[in-house]
Amino acid sequence: MIAARLGRTAIGRAALETRSRWKTFALSVVLGAATVLAAVGLLTASGYLISRAAERPEILSLTVAIVAVRFFGISRALLRYGERLASHDLAFRTLTDLRSRFFDRLVPLVPGGIDQARKGDLLSRFVGDVDRLQDLYLRGLAPPLIAIVSSLVCVAIAAVILPVAGLALAVMLLLGAIASPALTRWASRTAGRRQAAARSGLSVDLLEIANGGAEIAVAGREDDWLERVDGSNREVARLQRRDAVNGGLAVGLTTFLSVAAAVAVTAAAIPAVADGQVNGVLLAALALLAMASFEAILPLGQAAAGIDACGEAASRLEEITGRRPPVAEPAAPQPLPPGGVLRFERVGFSYGSGAADRSDGAAPVLADLDFEFGQGEAVALTGPSGIGKSTLAELMVRFRDPTAGRITLGGVDLREFDGAALREAVRLAPQDAYLFDSTIRQNVAIGRAGVDGERIVAALGEAGLEDWINELPDGIDTFVGEGGARVSGGQRQRIAAARVFISRARFLVFDEPTAHIDPDGAAALERRLAGRAGSGCGVLVVTHEISDPGNFDRVLELDRGVVRELRPG
Amino acid sequence: MAPAQGRAPGASRRARDTQRRLARSSRTARNHLIVTVGLGLATTLLIIAQATLLAKVIAGVFLGGDDLADVAGLLGWLVAISVARGLVGAGFESSGRFGASKVMAELRSRLAEHLLLSRPGGLQRESSGELVTSAVDGVEALENYFARYQPQLVLAVTVPVAILVWVVPYDWKAAAILGVTAPLIPLFMILIGRLTENRTRDRWQLMSRLSAHFVDIVGGLETLRANGRAGSQADSIARVGEQYRRETMGVLRIGFLSALVLELLAMVAVAMVAVTIGVQLAGGHMTLVAGLTILLLAPEFYMPLRQLGNQFHASVDGMAAAERVFEVLDQPASVEAPPAPSPAPDPARGPIEFSRVGFGYEGRATLFTDLDLVIEPGETVAMVGPSGGGKSTLISLLLRTAEPAGGAISCDGVDLSEVDPRAWRRRLTWVPQRPTIFAGTVAENLRLFDPDAETEALREAVRMTGLEQLVEQLPDGLSTVVGEGGRGLSVGQCQRIAVARALLSPAPLVVFDEPTAHLDGETERRVVAALDRLTAGRTALVVSHRDRPVLSADRVLRLRDGSLSEVRPDLKGATA
Repeated sequence: MIAARLGRTAIGRAALETRSRWKTFALSVVLGAATVLAAVGLLTASGYLISRAAERPEILSLTVAIVAVRFFGISRALLRYGERLASHDLAFRTLTDLRSRFFDRLVPLVPGGIDQARKGDLLSRFVGDVDRLQDLYLRGLAPPLIAIVSSLVCVAIAAVILPVAGLALAVMLLLGAIASPALTRWASRTAGRRQAAARSGLSVDLLEIANGGAEIAVAGREDDWLERVDGSNREVARLQRRDAVNGGLAVGLTTFLSVAAAVAVTAAAIPAVADGQVNGVLLAALALLAMASFEAILPLGQAAAGIDACGEAASRLEEITGRRPPVAEPAAPQPLPPGGVLRFERVGFSYGSGAADRSDGAAPVLADLDFEFGQGEAVALTGPSGIGKSTLAELMVRFRDPTAGRITLGGVDLREFDGAALREAVRLAPQDAYLFDSTIRQNVAIGRAGVDGERIVAALGEAGLEDWINELPDGIDTFVGEGGARVSGGQRQRIAAARVFISRARFLVFDEPTAHIDPDGAAALERRLAGRAGSGCGVLVVTHEISDPGNFDRVLELDRGVVRELRPG
Repeated sequence: MAPAQGRAPGASRRARDTQRRLARSSRTARNHLIVTVGLGLATTLLIIAQATLLAKVIAGVFLGGDDLADVAGLLGWLVAISVARGLVGAGFESSGRFGASKVMAELRSRLAEHLLLSRPGGLQRESSGELVTSAVDGVEALENYFARYQPQLVLAVTVPVAILVWVVPYDWKAAAILGVTAPLIPLFMILIGRLTENRTRDRWQLMSRLSAHFVDIVGGLETLRANGRAGSQADSIARVGEQYRRETMGVLRIGFLSALVLELLAMVAVAMVAVTIGVQLAGGHMTLVAGLTILLLAPEFYMPLRQLGNQFHASVDGMAAAERVFEVLDQPASVEAPPAPSPAPDPARGPIEFSRVGFGYEGRATLFTDLDLVIEPGETVAMVGPSGGGKSTLISLLLRTAEPAGGAISCDGVDLSEVDPRAWRRRLTWVPQRPTIFAGTVAENLRLFDPDAETEALREAVRMTGLEQLVEQLPDGLSTVVGEGGRGLSVGQCQRIAVARALLSPAPLVVFDEPTAHLDGETERRVVAALDRLTAGRTALVVSHRDRPVLSADRVLRLRDGSLSEVRPDLKGATA
């Protein structure tokens, strides 16, 4: 039942992702509460000890209290140590769980299910949000549970000594537990809402100055932009000052309650002591108990903010992972035919209104498209950017399915094949070749599992990198850096080409393989790509600018949804 | 900060430097410290008063036989004190936020001035987004410093000292325990911090490697899928994560020992104080009021010291934001204005001369050392050459957004280093490689160089750059808001708007950097035609690696390996 209720919110569903870790979580809560209670015990026992001592009994009769005081003092430190280890262990485990689970859900959505223009943003936000969720337990759910457990114990102890003191403590703790997070949350939400517009205005102004500073300076308009920034800056600072007071109130209230609790509990117990209902020796213990019990209440304000942040992260993640994958795998996939051509039969494609990845309606990108290409053929497909060439390439590997007509391989509709099996036969080198932060060897080996170094060197040679590799001191074991930062644009495209060369695919599809390369380099790479057709592969090069039509058997142009044969090479 | 994530080694030291810097460079930050010290002293007095009064109440009721009416006055005072402590707490928080917001506003103003006046265009585009985030959102992070760490720092001095002074006359033994252990806490913090520094670094490296692995896999997901490798990655994430968890926990078991020692020190000291007091009370050497006061003060004595470490770590993020802004502010002005500038020369009247000009970016190979170039008035010079060869740098030198490392650039015989760069820039107009579209209407964007341009002139420039179709499609024509928060434009459209801007400028010198990159054939033809009209009668420098824009130039030069050579007119086509 709890699971069902949790499942109703994004944050609850995120929590359920890692429910298998409940034991570690319970351990860290128990240790957290015990840590608070050890401090409570230390002060309560101390209060009793010196009150009892003031009655000047035999020193031996104080032994139990003295031992208790020392015990709580030492155990507090040890418990805190254990709690920190347990909670960090939990954080690592949940992080790993969250990463692998959300990644699993992201897989079928890339690239067809997400907006291509915002892909980079979306993916980095995805990574950030998954990481943010690791705080859910430690910063969000654990503090309230620790507060509840330790508060209940404190109230119970106070109530055993004197019910009315327990009641007073319960009221103060409850006030603190509700009012302080509520006020903190209210203050930060109002601030966030009020400041959002002013801040984004300021960001735009500053970004323009950072990026377009030289243009503004050459135009001599520096003063205009400084004036603008000044205005936005003042507005943001004004709102922040206003919200600072709210934030102060939230903090002040918590401080007030924690001090007032000791006063209230003492005041509640005084009549009972005066009447002789309760031994006066316990009065100091009660006051100190009340003081110490607030330790668990203080982090609740931040916990409320933590839960909010995790909730937002969880909702944003669901915006991504909740999308329907653009392609459904067949229930009983057909085996791939051993040969045959890849044929588009009256294929149409439009970003339907249901697809979340394009905002501007459902204008067809491809309409009634017919063309085929076979093994051993080198074909170029050109056309201005944004016309749908990449979409066409993605259709061939079933990153998307056509909305009309069908694509067949050896006469069988691609929808009948298992997607992964199809991509073994038809290999796509996506636009903006991605290099992993690893060695050249491992980056090429992605194209084919378990391939040996010799073949990798050979493939790199075919891509035109032989001389470069030979000059590198570490050869193919050279690291390419984060995102391939240590290699040039041309080298990156060639490594990506080698990755495709090494595969056993029958059809190779390259999407803009020569972008970001200088004209000479682009011409050379294009020649090498087309040359692969000589070894029996079907090669399709999708490009907005072709270097030499002579490299290809056929050159096609995609224009307004239709493929036109330009001229045979 | 995520609990499981470590921090870059050296972050604490850098944070300390930045704190010093903030205090020195910002008056707001200094004033804020005064307020904090005031509030800190108030808190200290309230803590002592509260403990003393509460001890009196308890002792009066327990030993003195007082009832509620007898101690009502004292309880009243205690309520007042709790209200006062709430107010002081609110004061710390709100004045801290005040301070953070004012300091950040100051830094932002300085940043804007620096980026516009001292180093226009001197920032790497890739890092600007992150810089702006630091400058705008950094306030939140700084709040931790001003509202929590700084108060804690003040309290860590005032509270223990005041309590010690208060306790000595009551009981020197308890005072001795407090007095000996208090300095041990910061001492141990430093010692253990040093000892575990390597471990902390190991842990940080493990964590960042793990995060980088995930970022890498997500970023390359499309490639993984295309190669049939996505399926195995979820397992790999789990396996690698588990391996890192085990290694990191090994590191943490030792890393957390420092906190254990500190906690143990504080807690055992409180226990020792309690036992000492108890023994003295039992012996009749102390009053209960004194004993209770000391006991109530003992935890308060250690509290700020124990908190200091935590708050310091929380404030490191804020320092990182300020530090990022300081880093940019620290970069020297790219071009200094001379103290007594000469009037700006007119490129229409005399030639522009580069003589023996040298330039190289810091930390990279020198681009050129002895570059000579003369551009006659009214001449159009085209420049080609491999990318990274220094063509854009040469433009920066001409725009005076970069200073040559050697040699001189002059116009009409006047050395440009003797001219105010702002005055010189009035003489030229520029189409950059990646033009910026500013948030505002199309018309405002077109009027960048000439804010008073007539609408007729705008329409003419729109027509000449082939933008009329776009303008017709826009809902409000020239008054449509574009740029951030407005309608998005394609790269080609941005480029044409930049050319149209330049067409509206009356400046006698025009500079183009790859004016037709990202344009398809037909559009390129139209833009080149517009360029030809623009350069007619003006002095022009056109950089391009395409053929068409350089065809109508008077001369074509190639910049390669740091030197310029003339491309023979019949070879103009072979530009790369």
